[in-house]
Amino acid sequence: MALRLWASSAANALKISSSGASRAAPAYSISRYFSTVLDGLKYSSSHEWVKNDGSVATIGITDHAQGHLGEVVFVELPDAGTKVSQGGAFGNVESVKATSDVNSPISGEVVEVNTKLTETPGLINSSPYEDGWMIKVKPSSPSEIDGLLDAAKYTKHCEEEDAH
Amino acid sequence: MAAGVVGTRGAGRPLMRLITMSGAPILQQLHLEERLLRCTGDNWCIINDGTAPATIVMGVSGKVSELVEIQPVLQDKVPVIRRFSGGGTVIVDQGTVFVTFICSKTAVAGLQPFPRDIMSWSGQLYGKVFDSFGEFQLRENDYAFGHRKFGGNAQSITRDRWVHHTSFLWDYDMKNMDYLKNPKRAPDYRQARNHTDFLCRMKEYMPSRSVFTEGLISSLRDQFTVQPTELETVVSDDTGFKPSTKLLSLQDLEDIINTKGSHTVQEVQA
Repeated sequence: MALRLWASSAANALKISSSGASRAAPAYSISRYFSTVLDGLKYSSSHEWVKNDGSVATIGITDHAQGHLGEVVFVELPDAGTKVSQGGAFGNVESVKATSDVNSPISGEVVEVNTKLTETPGLINSSPYEDGWMIKVKPSSPSEIDGLLDAAKYTKHCEEEDAH
Repeated sequence: MAAGVVGTRGAGRPLMRLITMSGAPILQQLHLEERLLRCTGDNWCIINDGTAPATIVMGVSGKVSELVEIQPVLQDKVPVIRRFSGGGTVIVDQGTVFVTFICSKTAVAGLQPFPRDIMSWSGQLYGKVFDSFGEFQLRENDYAFGHRKFGGNAQSITRDRWVHHTSFLWDYDMKNMDYLKNPKRAPDYRQARNHTDFLCRMKEYMPSRSVFTEGLISSLRDQFTVQPTELETVVSDDTGFKPSTKLLSLQDLEDIINTKGSHTVQEVQA
């Protein structure tokens, strides 16, 4: 199946704040990222994507997320066999000074994890939708994926968040 | 719980509950923080003025062998903790003042729960506290006067909440820095300086710790209704939550030395 790249239109100039300045946007908003959203995937509002391959679903974090997180330096992933539930954390990524939970968009059982991320966590930054995939899950409730955001709705969600 | 109390600065500010401690062990503080992050929905500010004993605290992915001089640590029995948040390694003691914010992602209007956004918000908050005492800057991810760091930060972010915590160097014992190696990953502005040239002491810029903490609470009141909360009302029976912050055991540290090669083992045994 061919995937069409669909660039979000959320780009804005970098905003540098100065104390006391009166602005429409909060002065601590850092920047807007020109992030990529792929058609054909489904998305969660917490910025994870899921690709449905029928019996197995692949999960990772979006370009919007990796851009906001900064350079990923460490990834913690579950073992195969672990049960995940929709909206629950299955692992975390460390970037800058932060560890950030990564949440599963669907419920199921982890069948494979991307072991390349141990040595090369930066794959999440350079290739969030392909080489930076995080886990593969056997879905326990296949209908959950229908309730997720499609590319258009996810793009709008990112634009609304960045517009604050 | 009461809704946000109308303060003198206006109605409708979100509530932030303030816990003030003095000399609490850092392990206890970190366990409390994890529990408040994962098991409550409130906004919290924790201030802990000093800690004992002097303790090394690493970030979640820190490698002991790369960050810590293990032999003197073992010899002097310095505790080593791996905390639940990201970031680097510090050694903390009575001269350290800790400030932690634990917030829901809606606590600050328009603030996205990402590291740099939270860091920038914190820089603005602290700017109001420190601007009159020195050339305060948020330099990359550190708080500095000029190019000298006095505050180090770390964060932990969940789907709906986040922690931003800071260890402030009110004062520090230079000798303690000898327990730490120079980290491989360092901010650009460090310019390969050793700890002595890179750091500064807040006490050389501000008249007292209480001026700092009172200034912080005043700055917080611009955005929140601050409600002092007694620690005893927060610490309840364990609901089964197990914090991930861990004190490394003597065995953990010795195992690390033992995996580095026989010559190192002989030095330890001597």
